[in-house]
Amino acid sequence: MRYRQSSDLTRCWGRPVSSDIRAMTAELASNPDSLVFLELGEALRRRGQLYAAAKAAVVGLERHPQLADSHDLYARILVDMGHLQQAYDEWQATVELDPQHLGAHKGLGFLCYRWGDLDGALEHLELAVAADPMDQSVVQALQMVRGAAAELTEAPEEPQQSVFQGLDGAHHGLLLFDTRGRVLGGGMSSHLGEDVSRDVAAYVSGGCQEADRSSRILELGDWRWMVLEGPGGSMHVSRSPSNTLLLVARDGSVPSGRLAVLAKRAAEAARQWLEAQQP
Amino acid sequence: MSEQFKQALDGITRVRGVRGALMVTDDDGLIIADAVMEGVRGDAVAALAASLSARMAKATVGAGVGEQHFLHLQAENGTLLSMPAPNGVLIVVLAENDVNVGLVRLEMLRAVEAVK
Repeated sequence: MRYRQSSDLTRCWGRPVSSDIRAMTAELASNPDSLVFLELGEALRRRGQLYAAAKAAVVGLERHPQLADSHDLYARILVDMGHLQQAYDEWQATVELDPQHLGAHKGLGFLCYRWGDLDGALEHLELAVAADPMDQSVVQALQMVRGAAAELTEAPEEPQQSVFQGLDGAHHGLLLFDTRGRVLGGGMSSHLGEDVSRDVAAYVSGGCQEADRSSRILELGDWRWMVLEGPGGSMHVSRSPSNTLLLVARDGSVPSGRLAVLAKRAAEAARQWLEAQQP
Repeated sequence: MSEQFKQALDGITRVRGVRGALMVTDDDGLIIADAVMEGVRGDAVAALAASLSARMAKATVGAGVGEQHFLHLQAENGTLLSMPAPNGVLIVVLAENDVNVGLVRLEMLRAVEAVK
């Protein structure tokens, strides 16, 4: 077995943004009252260094608790970390300090929409548009939420889904959806108990398209399943019949082998349910 | 430092069934260091694994799993694994579909330590 070896460290540590971050960190160390923490925290957040970004934001908040932008920065980092309720609280603190804060109203609108609170989303996005009518991202978001609200009032109530009836986590940890991210059955809840089924189905279906592409280009054949692990647990994504996808998510107490067993049972339930839906 | 990386990748490629191990930048999938068998397209593995990991990141956060620690894609004819390391590095492994994932994972964790 022969392996080719190569190494190029500059691609890892030679990126210009690293030196910017070093410079900002040094500036903050020499002058802890500096507002450079705003730029530093945002740069770290964009690089995905969320804990370092949160540290910079907290240091800034301690020095500048009355500065709306410092709460806004921390809220954006918390969203990226998945701490949505804390992010909501920080953005609320932001608008208390600055009632016209564009970023905070955008953030609050986004969170309300995620939590299914369309009225709240509309209220904050309208305030965001009032703060900056030229911000196209807000205008588009507002149009989308208005559309969703209109659809909701027109759409008939969805029938009760019972794809995974009798299985553990049938309504909060098992999800069946199509390759375009449309939920067919089951449900997915966040650790706060919010229904995140639609968001998760959309994200996972997008990721599965990437898995299709990777498998094809790398000549791996069709992919069968994916397991993803994180600090909060793990998730198992697999293909189901009729172009559907099955997601099983559990907290960290469930080992990956058991997750695979749960996924197999859920796949069988999904297969039977899909067959029953055939005309 | 490059010797340290080389040793870390060697540890992974010593596991039977591994076809290649790479350290790549997590944002754009560029190769930092690699040890791949002849015929394996390292640049494609690096780019696709980084892209897949990034696409699935929102899903793991949304589902309450949090920031991704490990990704395992099982396909008919192979296995793709990735594990984030500090400093924007992603450890990527391409292997046969019957590889001992537990062993590979241990070596990947050692590689993560080498990046620290």
